[in-house]
This record gives sequence, structure tokens and C-alpha cells, in this order.
Amino acid sequence: MGAALHKDAPGQIATKIAIRKLSKRFATRHQTITAIDDLSLDIAAGEFFVIVGPSGCGKTTLLRILAGLDTPSEGEISVTRSDEVKPGNSMVFQGESIFPWMTVFENAAYGLRLRRCPDAEIREIVGHFLDRTGMTRFARAYPHQLSGGMKQRVSIARAFANDPEILLMDEPFSALDEQNRTLLQDELLRIWDETRKTVVFITHSVDEAVSLGDRILVMTAQPGRAKALLGVPFARPRHVLELRADPRYGELVHSIWAQLRDEVQQARTLNERALLA
Amino acid sequence: MNSTGPSQTSSAAIRRKAPLSVGNRDRILGIASPLALLLAWEIAVRVGLLDARFFPAPSVIFQTLLRLAQSGELGANTWASLQRLAWGSLIGIVPALGLGIAMGLSRAIRAIVDPLVAATYPVPKSAILPLILLLFGLGEASKIAMVAIGVFYPVLINAAAGVREIAPIYLDVGRNFRASPWQVFRTIALPGALPLVMTGIKLGVGMGLILIAIAEMVGAKSGLGFMIWNAWEILSVETMYVGLLVIALLGFLFTFALNELEHWIIPWKADR
Repeated sequence: MGAALHKDAPGQIATKIAIRKLSKRFATRHQTITAIDDLSLDIAAGEFFVIVGPSGCGKTTLLRILAGLDTPSEGEISVTRSDEVKPGNSMVFQGESIFPWMTVFENAAYGLRLRRCPDAEIREIVGHFLDRTGMTRFARAYPHQLSGGMKQRVSIARAFANDPEILLMDEPFSALDEQNRTLLQDELLRIWDETRKTVVFITHSVDEAVSLGDRILVMTAQPGRAKALLGVPFARPRHVLELRADPRYGELVHSIWAQLRDEVQQARTLNERALLA
Repeated sequence: MNSTGPSQTSSAAIRRKAPLSVGNRDRILGIASPLALLLAWEIAVRVGLLDARFFPAPSVIFQTLLRLAQSGELGANTWASLQRLAWGSLIGIVPALGLGIAMGLSRAIRAIVDPLVAATYPVPKSAILPLILLLFGLGEASKIAMVAIGVFYPVLINAAAGVREIAPIYLDVGRNFRASPWQVFRTIALPGALPLVMTGIKLGVGMGLILIAIAEMVGAKSGLGFMIWNAWEILSVETMYVGLLVIALLGFLFTFALNELEHWIIPWKADR
């Protein structure tokens, strides 16, 4: 563990998500785009797994397939269930996804209400996660009264309160300013430390990936393939700002950037070619 | 909660704080403008600018109104129209809401219903009155049917548009949280479409008021439309104006009440 990088998953821990030979192709009028190409991956139970890659590398597609919002063209995904009653997954979406017509409390309680949990239980669970996200005071507010960061806090509370087998996060902080993003990353780490749920977190920010993840998958641009799998050596609980002072942090960020540089360049060329076509 | 636009905020900061909120100011202006029109009318008749035989002064109309109210005639006719309007609106709104939201959610239903709406919507509702009389007879049913048809279309069209305007991400959230079709309808489609549905209901009730007056002029023995028509036949110009005034007042009250209702059932809308 002393070295900056290690490639293997923590071997003795049970696999939570097994992805086997997964491919996803989209047909457009002129061509077929391969968003994901032959991806195989094991994600361990309780792991905070981060996928980083250039835009258009199929990482959001992968997450949507994991969420059941999209189907793979080939291959399969299996998620080990620990409890048949629990929902399979909950997603924290990239954009504004909390319902404008519900209060903060109703939004956070959404999954539990759909499952017809008893009211007392809903109050307790939702109360807990609103407290952890610092949203208790705004429980009765509507989303239009909230800032972007507060809305994402509600979205995170909604996903955690649903108590799913796995949590999926699709660039949840990408629309926030730098200060808010750092703040929310720290808060997410604190909430996650309590539950240690398996997380698949997608980002285009290398800093975010290194700050949050146990392991990082670097993906290539079209077609989306696994380019590198890196371990993050920092102990938990972590504090995002302290982490950034660690010399290993810079090394890790640098090595991921080295992996990514070619991919970003290639994604740009592909984009330009698509525009000119 | 009275949010001002960004352009207004800067000037408001320079000005001294206004004693009235924008919402209250709008409400007062909304009541003041019809009163100003009535005052101008009264003056125009008194100074002889308007012929009192065709345009009796508002004060004279008001006296007739009091007389008709005391005799119970006005109340009975207004009540008859209101009842037909209420039943017609209910019968029009409920299926329009269900079908409209189903159209918004399902491509297939949209493909089936869209051409039917496109073909039947442009037919003037007043032109189908004879057909309605043929089908439903001269009784209450034909009046209620006219209102229902008038309310149906705007609510249907706006409900369908309202659902289609819901950002796809909210439907993704519903799917991700495993909402059943009924739960999607109740927790996403209906509340998401509600702002436009309310617009549809406002338009529909306005249309209903027009159609009830027309329907009551033909083969009715009660209602405000009947009262106006009857007044024309016996050349009681003041009574005619009372009928028009009450219909106008009802329209005004409905708009006011529906706006208040909208604020109450759509508390998440930023602008008030």
C-alpha cells in the first residue's frame, strides 16, 4: 500500500457489482456509435468506485445501464443483493432532479413513500439524512427557494434515505462552484462513512476522483473502454482539503492526467470530425 | 415571496422601499380598472354622450339589478346557470385531465387522439348546439353537455402539453425509484402538468360561460342566457344589461377565484 498505485481490487472482499463484457452501441442515421466497448469490471461491496473520463466516453451510459434506465447491447451486469426488500439502486443525477412540486422533506422521502413505509419510519430516516446534509431547517421549503448546492444535498439525502443496495452518482457536483463542490464532497464523505454503501461515482474531475474514490477507472473516449484502474492509497475518514496537501495526492492526480490527456485530445478530434461531417 | 425580476431589483434598490408589494398593487389595479370604466359610462350617459335608451346608465342598471334580486328572479336564473356551469365543467375537466395526461405520457395514445382533436377542435362549439339539442333534448342535459365540450378541449390540450413539458429527468427519477405507472401519474405527471392544466381550466371555464349563455338562449326557461334573450323579446333593455353585467361579474369572479386557487394548489411556483 506504500506505493502510489495498486491495480487490484481488495481481493478478500465480496464482489458487489460484476460487469461482464458489456457493450453499448447507439445507431444514428449515418453510423453506429460504440459508447461502451467490451467492459469487464468487479466492484467490491462497500467500495467507493469512481469512473473518470472525457465527455462522451460512455460513463453516463454505463451508469444509466447500472440504474436500469438503459439496456446493454451485449454483456451483463449482476448486482449481489444483501436484502431482497431493499431497492436495487438509487441515483443522484447530474442536473436538477428534485421535484419542484415537492418540499425538501417530501423529496427526500420520495423512495420511502413509493414503498409505502410507515410515516413514523419515514420521519425518522428522512429526518436523519436531512440532518446529515444540513437541510433540516429547510425541510418545508420548495426547491425554487434553494441554491444549487442545497438542491444537490436534497438529491443526496433522497438517495441515501431510500437505502438502496448501491448508490449511483452521475457528476452530482459538476454544476456547482468550486467552494460548494469541495464542501459537498466533504459532506458526502461523512455521510458515506456512516453507511459505507457501494458507490459508483462518475466525474470528469480528476481532483474529485482522487478525493473521493477507493479505486478509479480511467475510461477512453469513443469507444468507451477501460484504460487504467488505479487504487487510491489515502486512509479514511478523509478530509478533502487535508488530502490536497498530501504530496501523494499531486502524484496521483498527475498520473491520471497523463492517462487522460490522450483521451481528451482524441475526444476533441472526434467531436470536431462529427461537427464537420 | 414577491419576487421581482432582475431588472426591477436594481431600480428598487435605488428607489425608496415601495409601501405596497407588487402582488397587492396588481390586485388593487385589477379591481380598480372595471370600476373606472363604469364611472366613465355613467358620466357619458349623464352628459348625453350616450343614448340612455340603448345604453342605460350603470346606476339605472344597478336599480334594476336590485329589483330583480329582490324578486328572486335574478337569483334563480344565476343559480340555474351556475349549476349547469359547475356540472358541465366537472364533466368536461375530469376526462380531459385523464386523457390529456395519458396523451402526454404515451406516444401511442398521442398518435391515436391527436388527429381526432385536430379534426374536431376547430369546429365552433356554438355550431354544434343544434346537434346537442337533437341528442340531449331541451332539458338540462344539453346545456351541461355544451359546457362540458367547451371545457374539455382547452383542458385536454393543455394537460397533454403540460406533461410533455416536464423535464425528462423527473421521469427518469420516477423510473429509478421504481414508481408504478399510477405513482408516476400521481407524483410526477399530474403535479408537473398542473400549471398548464390550470391555464386550461381558466380558458375552459371562460369558454363554458360563453357557451352556457348561448345554450340558454335557445330553448331554456331559466338561466342568465334565457334572461337576456327574454329581455330582448320584451324590450326590457335594463334587464338585458343586468344579465350581461352578472355574466361579466361571474367571469371576473371565476378568474379571480381560479387565480387564488392556482396560488394555493401550486405553491411551488416562484412567481406570485
